[in-house]
Amino acid sequence: MKIPLSWLRDFVDVTESVAELTEILDDLGLVVEGVEIVGENLEDVIVARVEEIRAIEGADRVRLVVVDAGDGPLEIVCGATNFAVGNFVPLAPVGAVLPGGFEIAERKMRGATSHGMLCSARELRLSDDHEGLMILDELTTPVVGEKITDALSIRADVVFEISVEGNRPDAWSVEGVARDLATRLGRELRSPPMASPNSAAKSADFASAGIDAPDLCGRLTLSVLRNVQVKPSPTWIGERLRNAGMRPISNVVDASNFVMLELGQPTHPYDAQHVARHTLRVRRAREGEMLTTLDGVQRKLAKPGRGLGDTGEDCVIVDGDDVVIGLAGIMGGSSSEINVTTTDVLLEAAFFDPMGIARSSKRHGLRSEASNRFERGVDPQLALRAAARFVALLLESVPDLEWLSDPLDELGIVPDPSSVILRPGDVERSLGVEISGDEIHRLLEGLNFRVEDRDDTIVVTPPSARLDVRAGTFGRADVIEEIARLHSYRRLPRRMPSWPEPGAFSERQILRRRLRGVIVDLGGTEVWTPSLISDAQFDFVHPNESRVRVTNPLATDESVLRATLVTGIVQALGKNVERGKGEVILTELGTVFVHPDATDEPRITKGGDGGGLILNLPRENERVSVLLARAEDSAITAVAMWSVISQRLGLSDVVVRSNEDPVRFMHPTRAGLLVDRVTGTVFGSIGELDQEYLDGVASNLVGRRIGVLDVDLDLLAEHTRVLRRSDFVGVPSRYPSALFDLAFITPVAVHAQDLAFALRSASELIEDVRLFDVYVGAGLPSNTRSLAYAVRVGSAERTLSESDVAALRDELIATGGRFGAQLR
Amino acid sequence: MTSSPLDELDSKVSELLVAIAALDSLDALREAEPGIIGKRSILSTLQKSLGALVSEDRSEAGARLQRARHEVEQTFEARRALLARDARRQGLEKDRLELGDVVVDNVRWAPTTGHPGIIAVTQGQLEDVFVAMGFSVSEGPEVESDWYNFEALNIPPAHPARGMWDTFYVDLGDPETVVLRTHTSPTQIHLMEDAVRAESLPLHAVMPGRCYRRDSPDSRHLATFHQIEGLVVDRGIGFADLAGVIETFTRSYFGPDTSSRLRPAFFPFTEPSAEFEITCTICKGSGCRTCSQTGWIELGGCGVLDPAVLHAVGIDAEEWSGFAFGFGIDRCAQMRHQISDMRALTENDVRFLERFS
Repeated sequence: MKIPLSWLRDFVDVTESVAELTEILDDLGLVVEGVEIVGENLEDVIVARVEEIRAIEGADRVRLVVVDAGDGPLEIVCGATNFAVGNFVPLAPVGAVLPGGFEIAERKMRGATSHGMLCSARELRLSDDHEGLMILDELTTPVVGEKITDALSIRADVVFEISVEGNRPDAWSVEGVARDLATRLGRELRSPPMASPNSAAKSADFASAGIDAPDLCGRLTLSVLRNVQVKPSPTWIGERLRNAGMRPISNVVDASNFVMLELGQPTHPYDAQHVARHTLRVRRAREGEMLTTLDGVQRKLAKPGRGLGDTGEDCVIVDGDDVVIGLAGIMGGSSSEINVTTTDVLLEAAFFDPMGIARSSKRHGLRSEASNRFERGVDPQLALRAAARFVALLLESVPDLEWLSDPLDELGIVPDPSSVILRPGDVERSLGVEISGDEIHRLLEGLNFRVEDRDDTIVVTPPSARLDVRAGTFGRADVIEEIARLHSYRRLPRRMPSWPEPGAFSERQILRRRLRGVIVDLGGTEVWTPSLISDAQFDFVHPNESRVRVTNPLATDESVLRATLVTGIVQALGKNVERGKGEVILTELGTVFVHPDATDEPRITKGGDGGGLILNLPRENERVSVLLARAEDSAITAVAMWSVISQRLGLSDVVVRSNEDPVRFMHPTRAGLLVDRVTGTVFGSIGELDQEYLDGVASNLVGRRIGVLDVDLDLLAEHTRVLRRSDFVGVPSRYPSALFDLAFITPVAVHAQDLAFALRSASELIEDVRLFDVYVGAGLPSNTRSLAYAVRVGSAERTLSESDVAALRDELIATGGRFGAQLR
Repeated sequence: MTSSPLDELDSKVSELLVAIAALDSLDALREAEPGIIGKRSILSTLQKSLGALVSEDRSEAGARLQRARHEVEQTFEARRALLARDARRQGLEKDRLELGDVVVDNVRWAPTTGHPGIIAVTQGQLEDVFVAMGFSVSEGPEVESDWYNFEALNIPPAHPARGMWDTFYVDLGDPETVVLRTHTSPTQIHLMEDAVRAESLPLHAVMPGRCYRRDSPDSRHLATFHQIEGLVVDRGIGFADLAGVIETFTRSYFGPDTSSRLRPAFFPFTEPSAEFEITCTICKGSGCRTCSQTGWIELGGCGVLDPAVLHAVGIDAEEWSGFAFGFGIDRCAQMRHQISDMRALTENDVRFLERFS
């Protein structure tokens, strides 16, 4: 919302500097998002009349315009086309300096010489309008050669761009901002001039009004204005509107916009001659009814609602023939629009149910200044005051205007403000400081709250404008917020609370940190790839599978939730290869999503209106994936990396087993699973990326061996002993260990790590068994290979004798024998 | 009866099919391709000879030739596919590696410097600060029902306040009932519900996580982003405690020469609500372009828990009170590391990632 300082000063004395005022407004929660100075440095700009328009040979974007600015004809080259001979436009002559410091000089363009510049409103910093030149004769009755500042009564002004929060519809107006300021500054709030009905004729004899949907329309007032002449507004009204970001149109429309900006009440003027029987009624639209709104769009009314909480209802204004002429509180129809022939005006000022307006506005995708205000809640008591202000403004351009007596005022259901009781200590408990009763009175009464002391409590009744203040306990929070806000948050005390419970991470978080730590220590670089991907990306790994889809994606290739991290990392790798940075290890820790139809364990939760529905949501699975893409990388280095990770995380029971039917990204004959030997749980997969998959996802990676590790963090956290393993750390023996090697010829079906585990468990004296060589080929029976282990044995009590070691060796050979392994 | 160029068609086709079946490698197939289905094939020669026929014979012969050509081409392509499959199978077989037999001790590992993600590290630093202040760290799901994301947070269906968040809706259940969470606040609701069920109040938790808003990315915003949310529900907690926690956090994370301040704002789930600003990290408060000369930078939102939220999860607002706050992890990272364009965080350019360690 743009608020000119001069307008604010109509309501409250402001002596503060712009910087001080900005601070105060911010601290009131009326956040100043920008400050702009308008109407400055326009002393050189004068009114010129367009005398002639000529084409310039060879130029199709600019024309030569001859204007008269009082000193004879002047040739100007101009790119705008929104004017004709006879129009009055602003001229910045040679030597003029425009706001922003742009100096006008003589310029040659396309062989023609331009002796100045014709200006748009934006070039003069009078508004954002840059559609073409400012047409002055549409705004006023200008005189050739006159200063534009005189022609438009322009005075330099400061415009504050203020953001008003959704719970403060009462502050969404010049008066509303002024009310907050006056209360904070302890100054008087003035009211602007108001008119009273000035005709003996009764409104009811000319027009009628009625409410057939009292729940959707709480109040409908109708003022009858006669002898109206539609023409430009007085220049000061136009200037205010322009400074507030609106375009002046005509005195009637401008008065309506002016009142909305000033007081916060949207009004709607109808041309009475186009309103059947001079009657306005409010009712629900019926299915099948249509309306063409002022923006020229034909709209189907009372369509069944599809969005959550949408009742499909539309509240409409109908005329005396029961024909729909407006979407109540949102936008009027084009049939009864004000135009130059209008002489009688029906002025509607009403209160509509905020939720009703919100639903209709959302369903029709139609937002207007009026609907934005009504859906937040306009003061139900404001309507006739707004009409009085409207008439006062219109009287300035139409002195003969008649406002018929006893404006029509129909009532529906209006929300009733309920009182809130502040008990002793309530404010102090909430804000941490006691605020005196007198101060509470002063602050709240400034905002028109009624404040009464009753015994030791304070009873606060909000004004009709404060629809945001609720009843009971909830309302107490609302009132205390108002006290805090007006008192100033910055003056409230701070204290650091303490409690006996210690801060802590979950086991999952500790696991995740350790996992990330090991991967990074081994050379992994962490990426963040998109959670939202395309169908094609999804299909690389999970073709034909149900997928979790977003109904309103920003782009079609961001419409599906990923089901693997690998594809995203592969694509990131592909891009880095292009950048010459492909020799890396990339990793990501993140969530993937499984459609509820594709899992036995969907997340079951409640949802819908009031949380009354049971919903099956996707299973969310946290994973960590690593791609090893350095020159020396392959499935082998992936296994090596896992070996380090598993030892750092204490996962010594997890082994790599080959996998004949791997996931789609995995090389079919260089793939394995990470399996817990004890529980059989599969934690993920390991191996190398499949070349066919690479060809689809990132073809510049084809031909490279890329190791891959893809681990399910949920299972890891749940099933492993990462955090539950014994804290016992044994001290190694003081006696020397003995070392020997054992090479077995084993059937290929025997898993090298299983055999190692078996050997290690064969005796308490065995300290370590490590695989150091695998040999396949000549000299061995078919379907066998040689596995060579380095064995270390020792005792805590003594140095082992040669015969002890020999006995252990025999025992290990026997253990191998149980696996079908023979000493080589 | 005159002889037709197609008299020998059937036997020629049979010859071709036999020849195709005899192709035993992709190389052989490629070599034979021009002679079987290419320009030099017998079928192409026959095609040219049709020109000599009178027109009524020509169309019938042409159709017959077309059928024959189709059959040959299909057989050829089927053979190609089969050989390709075989070649791949052979290649894969040749490539076979028994992963269980990898001798880890023999693998040479080149020294490689890794780099943790900026967001992960920033999140970790924030968590550490809050854990030191006595908060535990909790997490929640990214796909939520509208009840957790909105209604339990005092934002009823169709309410204009829902427009404060540009929401991605998920195609599950009734329209608009499932969303990608627009903030981490639904995790508050889960925590409070769990605490009520387990009778384990009070609560002091922070909740980091990924959120989504349907808003085109620019240098300061991403449609996918990370937030950290704080929640305290305890006895006798008020605005002063909130302001104290924000201040302690600010000084702890951004440094002792920074400070915080609160200004009124609106969030449906807190009352009173505030935006919190911190001393501009660039100019340390003296005023610069980043902070529009104000010396302050907006970081996040906070407020005293609205009693309606406590009510929605079954907590007695007369006995318990609390506060909540939330802000962007990505934004903290951007400020701390002076990242000029937030989009760099998702581009995964290794040249960018390796600057961070």
